[in-house]
Amino acid sequence: MDEEKRIGVFVCHCGTNIAGVIDVKALAEYAKTLPNVAYAEDYTYVCSTPGQTMIRDAIKEHNLNGTVVAACSPRLHEPTFRKATEEGGVNQFLFSMANIREQNTWVHMEEPEKAMQKAKDVVRMEVARASMLEPLTAKTVPVEKAALVIGAGIAGIQASLELADAGIKTYLVEKEPSIGGMMSRLDKTFPTLDCSQCILTPKMVDVERNPNIELMTYSEVEDVSGYIGNFDVTIRQKSRYVYEDKCNGCGKCQEVCPVSRPNEFDLGLQPRKAAYVPFPQAVPLKFTIDMDSCIKCDLCKTQEACGDLEAIDFDKPDELVTVKVGTIIVATGFDMYDVERKEEWGYKVFDNVVTGLEMERLISASGPTGGNVIRPSDGQKPKSVGFVLCAGSRDQDEEDGAKPYCSRVCCMYSLKHAHQLIEKIPGCVPYLFYMDIRSFGKAYEEFYYRIQNEGGKFIRGRVSRITEDPITKNLTVTAEDTLLGQLLEMELDMVVLANAVVPAESTQKIKTLLTLSNSPDGFLLEAHPKLNPMSTTTDGVFLAGMCQGPRDIPDVVSHAAAAAAAASIPIHRGSVTLEPIFAIVDQEHCGGCATCIGLCPYGATELNEVDGKLVASVNEAKCKGCGTCGSGCPSGAIKMQHFTNEQIMSEIEAFAQGW
Amino acid sequence: MAEEFEPNILGILCNWCTYAGADLAGTSRMQYPPNVRVIRIMCTGRLDPAFVLKALSVGADGVLVSGCHIGDCHYLAGNFKSRRRVALLRKLIEEYGYDRERLRMTMISASEGAIWAEVVQDMVNTIKKLGPNPLKQAVAAGQEGVAADDEF
Ligand code: FES
Repeated sequence: MDEEKRIGVFVCHCGTNIAGVIDVKALAEYAKTLPNVAYAEDYTYVCSTPGQTMIRDAIKEHNLNGTVVAACSPRLHEPTFRKATEEGGVNQFLFSMANIREQNTWVHMEEPEKAMQKAKDVVRMEVARASMLEPLTAKTVPVEKAALVIGAGIAGIQASLELADAGIKTYLVEKEPSIGGMMSRLDKTFPTLDCSQCILTPKMVDVERNPNIELMTYSEVEDVSGYIGNFDVTIRQKSRYVYEDKCNGCGKCQEVCPVSRPNEFDLGLQPRKAAYVPFPQAVPLKFTIDMDSCIKCDLCKTQEACGDLEAIDFDKPDELVTVKVGTIIVATGFDMYDVERKEEWGYKVFDNVVTGLEMERLISASGPTGGNVIRPSDGQKPKSVGFVLCAGSRDQDEEDGAKPYCSRVCCMYSLKHAHQLIEKIPGCVPYLFYMDIRSFGKAYEEFYYRIQNEGGKFIRGRVSRITEDPITKNLTVTAEDTLLGQLLEMELDMVVLANAVVPAESTQKIKTLLTLSNSPDGFLLEAHPKLNPMSTTTDGVFLAGMCQGPRDIPDVVSHAAAAAAAASIPIHRGSVTLEPIFAIVDQEHCGGCATCIGLCPYGATELNEVDGKLVASVNEAKCKGCGTCGSGCPSGAIKMQHFTNEQIMSEIEAFAQGW
Repeated sequence: MAEEFEPNILGILCNWCTYAGADLAGTSRMQYPPNVRVIRIMCTGRLDPAFVLKALSVGADGVLVSGCHIGDCHYLAGNFKSRRRVALLRKLIEEYGYDRERLRMTMISASEGAIWAEVVQDMVNTIKKLGPNPLKQAVAAGQEGVAADDEF
């Protein structure tokens, strides 16, 4: 450092979040005593407009060439203060942040003196680091004018349509043979009782027709490399054993196919063939041959079936397709809690205990019974149906894999089922066993009143046991009515378990590919729970719908639209600025040992001959800035910018000055 | 010692998992002992063995390295490398007379704020039992300069 270092330290009160625990004025005074500090001051909210102006003005007035803000976590406001520093005329990478809130005053509330000591230490460490920082130039790269959406339930469909309408080429990848997701299995939607198919199918068709959407069904994302603006995505298009361009959806292959298997779409409540579409409104209406159950009888290829279309080919291989996109939206949805694990309710043991989604199929006009609700045991119409709400939600029983969170849809869909039963079966009484009825959305509480008036019976209490009469197959439900304070036993024709929504198994792979994290509930972690629920910590990757947490359809649609808007911003801007945090090799000191080559997970380190000597170099475009190569280099020739040895060592030295 | 010994622990945390987890402990207002000073690095793969040795040589009573779970590293495999480095370093520091428990590596995700609080508590307890950095003890006993020969 040739130029004399003049660092400004700005201590934030954060209202009382920080100032309520430690003496912020004293901290600023302490900062003034540190080497290289030319100026220090404290302020109520440094992140506010006046706070940022204060930084800019101080830089000019006191001729500062480095800044340190002691406030919240850099994960929250580093970008804010970098910007303020840059606006003040100092390179933004000459800024460093001392976390004295999340990792100090909020976690040491009872020990203000020790918290103060820690704050001083951390400020001293950051000032030492700031003294060693070097100016860097952020790099701007062009953004590919295309997006990828993973998952084509209502979230992925909505996001794709929004992107496509904004003029962006969108690849929509769905692992199932048809788009539509969970919503396509629903009959009516609460509280308006719109028919789910009627509102979803047109959107599905829009997706298929939209010239900006390239639909890839029966496909899975296999690999992702690159970074925001320039992701290279490899997609496996699983073989349907049917040429999509030749199949006209006539269904003759299905007619002649002799194989019968439970249809996954109907949760196994009705059979399908080995040549099948999951449901008649499938998009695309292209048949798939399930090779695991196909007996290769070739009937589907005969003249009476596919015949001259020649769409079927048992040897058709999977195809790997690579696409280049600027941004990615994850919309991988959810699974249902495996309620079989709650043995006390006898799911899969007693015929007449079904899940909420099975009830949905039984009630659906396009379901296995054509919308006639019947008891699975004898095909009779049930006259009394119990609903066990929060089946696996709001339950801290970890052993059963139950979830402590509220699934946010079960109260409402059970109310809807209650309404439909009353409507469809004269005299049928639904009994809802609940903890609280959570009817929080627009027109939801009103819907709850409606069901009360229609004759739904509500019992506050959890069902502790269900038993079955082996002859009549009627069920006896034991529960505690916590309002009356008495134990209750009730014989019912049928019981519906409103099981929890849980993170989708298939999301795990995507999570790893995109280096995302999850929150304690297992759903994908957003960049900020309140201010940025549709972004992730991987730049250019966004979240839509249930993969981020339980929500109902209106919320999924809003979330998906928000994700699409966020994902379109870099694309419309046309370029993104990348953190210049990449490694560089001092080729004079490099001994060409190639240690760094093996360490880099991205293949960014290369060995080349320069002036007759083998030396390493780092490909900036591939380097993501983890620094692993730098810490492994035996000759210290690799410098990890913004996290150099000198910078970190100076922090360690400053740490030691605390005693 | 009149006052109770309060260890000075250096935390070296990766930005994506443990640093975020430690932030979560904050937003959830979980209380834990104020003995750790944190250096944030992008990935534990950045952990140069020299950082640990430096910290101990300047008197840190303990060093706590923490990153993502295996498979969760934001840079795919940085934590594999740091895990190996720490395992070797634990042996190495023992050669220098430091109890290996003074160096510890944990894997704490962005959602495991509670675990971060527990780990810090646990580390503080461990170091309290071990006492101050032996180098500091030697210096306190007026053996500056010879400490290295005598003690280790
Ligand atoms: S990013 Fe956390 S260990 Fe690599």
